[in-house]
Amino acid sequence: MRTSRWFKLAAMCAAIVLMFSSAADAAVRGKLEIFSWWAGDEGPALEALISKYEKMYPGATVINSTVTGGSGVNAKAVLKTRMLGGDPPDTFQVHAGQELIGTWVVANRMEDLTWLYEQEGWNKVFPADLLNLLSTDKGIWSVPVNIHRSNVLYFVPGNLAKWGVGVPNTWDEFLEIAPKLKAKGVIPLSVGENWTATHLWESVALSVLGPVKWEQLWNGKLSWRSPEVIRVWELFGEILKYTNTDAPSLSWQQATDMVVKGEAAFNIMGDWASGYMTTTLKLKPGTGFGWAASPGTKGIFMMLSDSFGLPVGCKNKENAIAWLKMLGSRDGQDTFNPLKGSISARTDSDLTKYDAYLQSAARDWRTNKIVGSLAHGVVANERFMNDFATVMDIFLSTKNAQAAANAAQAVAIQAGIGK
Amino acid sequence: MQSRRDQLTAALIILPSIVLLAVFVYGFIAQTVRVSMTDWGQEAAMSLDPEIHHVGLANYRELFGGFLNMRFRQDITNMFFFTLLFVSLSLLVGLLLATLIDQLIWGEAFFRTVFLYPMSLSLVVTGTIWRWLLQPRGGINVLPTLIGLPAGDFLWLSSREQILIFDWSHIFHYICIAAAVVLAVFAYGHWRRGERKELRAKSIICAVLIGISASGILTRVKLLDYPEAHGFNRALWGVIVAAVWQMSGYTMALYLAGLRTIPDELREAARVDGASKFQIYRHVDLPLLKPITVSAIVILGHIALKIFDLIFSMAGPDHVPTSVPAITMFLKTFRGNELAVGSAIGVILLILVSLLIIPYLVNSFKTGKE
Amino acid sequence: MKPKGVSKILVQVLAVLLAIAYLIPVYMTVVTSLKAPEEINLMTAWELPSKPNWESYSTAFKQFAPYLKNSFILAISATLISAVMGSLNGYVLCKYPIPGTNIIMPLIVFGMFIPYQSILVPLFQFMQKTKLYGGLPGLILVHVVYGLPITTLLFRSFYEEIPDELLGAASIDGADFFGIFRYLIMPLSGPPFLVVCIWQFTQIWNEFLFAVTLARPDAQPITVALANLAGGQAVSWNLPMAGSILAALPTVLIYVLLGRYFVRGLLAGALKG
Repeated sequence: MRTSRWFKLAAMCAAIVLMFSSAADAAVRGKLEIFSWWAGDEGPALEALISKYEKMYPGATVINSTVTGGSGVNAKAVLKTRMLGGDPPDTFQVHAGQELIGTWVVANRMEDLTWLYEQEGWNKVFPADLLNLLSTDKGIWSVPVNIHRSNVLYFVPGNLAKWGVGVPNTWDEFLEIAPKLKAKGVIPLSVGENWTATHLWESVALSVLGPVKWEQLWNGKLSWRSPEVIRVWELFGEILKYTNTDAPSLSWQQATDMVVKGEAAFNIMGDWASGYMTTTLKLKPGTGFGWAASPGTKGIFMMLSDSFGLPVGCKNKENAIAWLKMLGSRDGQDTFNPLKGSISARTDSDLTKYDAYLQSAARDWRTNKIVGSLAHGVVANERFMNDFATVMDIFLSTKNAQAAANAAQAVAIQAGIGK
Repeated sequence: MQSRRDQLTAALIILPSIVLLAVFVYGFIAQTVRVSMTDWGQEAAMSLDPEIHHVGLANYRELFGGFLNMRFRQDITNMFFFTLLFVSLSLLVGLLLATLIDQLIWGEAFFRTVFLYPMSLSLVVTGTIWRWLLQPRGGINVLPTLIGLPAGDFLWLSSREQILIFDWSHIFHYICIAAAVVLAVFAYGHWRRGERKELRAKSIICAVLIGISASGILTRVKLLDYPEAHGFNRALWGVIVAAVWQMSGYTMALYLAGLRTIPDELREAARVDGASKFQIYRHVDLPLLKPITVSAIVILGHIALKIFDLIFSMAGPDHVPTSVPAITMFLKTFRGNELAVGSAIGVILLILVSLLIIPYLVNSFKTGKE
Repeated sequence: MKPKGVSKILVQVLAVLLAIAYLIPVYMTVVTSLKAPEEINLMTAWELPSKPNWESYSTAFKQFAPYLKNSFILAISATLISAVMGSLNGYVLCKYPIPGTNIIMPLIVFGMFIPYQSILVPLFQFMQKTKLYGGLPGLILVHVVYGLPITTLLFRSFYEEIPDELLGAASIDGADFFGIFRYLIMPLSGPPFLVVCIWQFTQIWNEFLFAVTLARPDAQPITVALANLAGGQAVSWNLPMAGSILAALPTVLIYVLLGRYFVRGLLAGALKG
């Protein structure tokens, strides 16, 4: 009699253990809705992740809700409409940093992921600077799937040799060689539409302010009206004299095309331009095009990151958590990034899978000082960025540094920068 | 005459539409107005349960007078100039095309199709194609080289030139002048038709307004504390060209239909009286086309006031020289998380459209009843 | 009165020049759609492709195909429903003077003029609460409702022309509300019906804002697919250009084949404003 009771107890325990061990996998079943704005050439990278996920969890189907177009504003419109209506997707793509924090975290719509970071040991493999940018004092809010660099200077080595100029290490050097280039009928620096001007501005600002003061600009310790920041606008105005007049009509690819075709000498763009030149234009990194840190920012990695978080109240929470785990894993990141043209956020990624440019970027990622980009949502919230776009356009029309500084300060106060 | 039963059926038939429109149009408008008078969650706009404070008309005051809303004020200026030029050019070009087609010997179906088909395209498609065509380096500027002339160098959408510059802080002064001009036009119409009573009323008001404008009193009433220059941005020409290309087919179709309705006897009678072709066109055809012009102005006007897709795809969201209120509203709501301000812009747009539409509606339904 | 002699030729020449001007955008679109991505460049934008790249069309079509069905269902049903309702409304509003007609009509027409962005968020919240968000039925409802003002207006303007005596005669003969509608009004409704359908089909087929915010991926129409082609960080322009030609085909065909009826229909009804 006692034996059979023990048997029953053992059987029950075994059953419970079995239940829990398969519960981990059994829980990942059903749907997972991913919301993103990746399309076109970026599609394959996301597809690779989705097939990986579906292979890991055969019971799950991923719904890929992609909304593109309109420089990401369409995706934001759809996402915000849904969130306001109380219908969050299970996870959504968002720029890591203030774009997420200043919109969703302050509104208490995201779940804290500190426990996930501890469980997966990510605190040890993501650089400390990155972790700072992803967190507030209340927690960590998203998992970065990639890292892009903002402060990259592009050129064609062969053309530079032909024109007899070298790669400028500072903006002063650039301003010396620019008139020579202009005399030859070459546009020294190509720029595209409004956001690319902001992209250029942040490289200029980083070179004038340095990483410490750059961070102070965003935690409220440095005023936008201080002499250093006004100097940034003045230098920016100087540099703009050597750019193309039809900038507002050009997309960023068209500005890159100008460098490739020899109409312009230099272009400052994020490292998705490397992907564009390698994949679409079929140029060889190093010979077809060359790169360096933008003038005055050597040793500093200005980053931006696409990341995914966990919205409060999503329908398939377990599935979303499984997705996040996969995203942060070494294998997940090394599957996604070579296809996307970006690098892994982890310092232990397998560099053999990446091309020449990306390897050099990854090496910098592990050694450089890391700061956040303004133009891509890391250091400033959306309200600031929305109004800053107007400040930038006004500066482009008037070239008045003092007015821009005043306007930027007013915008910063209204948007609560550094509060 | 009509049975009670039929009257009841009629009322029931129209009831669903009334209910639907009451909810989908007026209900939502009411909600938007309500939101526009709050601060909607301040920084935490996206919460499910935002902290809402009633702020009355503060959002509106900020939009028209706040330091940071220079873009909105330029938007209004752009919208005003765009509407004026787009509507008048569409009417002119449409009239020209209709007259041309009416006079064609062969190929009417072909030409009519060519001029009509732009209407079938979505504004997003039109915007993207014209964006390419208007790029200063390639596109239209290259065309003159095909016949040996130097390439065009107008910067089209990239242009930052501005003409007709005025100071926004004196806006009341300019509104006064504009009102005086409009009243003068109406007064002229009354004088031509011999309507003495209306003429007297309008002339008095017009004279008063002219007096006020001339004395410059209103320049002392400053909306802003500092001068702010606004004007007509030449970059708008690119948008106007694309929009006229798209909609002139519509006015052409209207005028063509109108021209065809004019009984030939009227033209014959004038010819017998010795009028030349141009005189017949000017004194017989054109006056009879006036009702078409009026309804076309209303349709085109409201399209111009709401325009969004075209400019968004042509110039992108952040190009202030071509920006219009609809774009700023979209950005404020969905990119800047300022829902209350976005709603306020929406309400302002609605009021502006009403200023155009309501007089027309009141007029057409008054005369309809006669 | 057709012109004679020199004016005859001048008119034709002018027409041809203007037609070329109007067709320039088409040329640009077609030429770009047939180029390989590496060839697409501002400086050579006007040149013909070195070798026609028909793949743009097949790729674009493959991406569109699932959305095409949605577009057709949406456009056809919303057009038909709003046309029928508009015709009934127009009939009621001009032949049955119920108390308040002269207020109701302007109130209805005003709905035509609201900017859609200003009601987007309340609209979404409504669709959410009524569980209509995300699917085709919800989209169809939205397009029907916002199409009612213009369809009602067009039909009413047309029906005003029908003399009241005809209706009086019919009712003496014993016809009631629906009888008059079926035997008297409907047979005459050809031209306005055509105008309404052409206009509504085009508007709904090309509409983007509601399509992108109110529909889930499996119910999205073709305008969203088109925007997706042109989105992303590195756009190969041959694809969106090919896509826009494909997306515009149905509406262009309608204007090509039925343009004459569109003009005729406007003739019959739009002149009253």
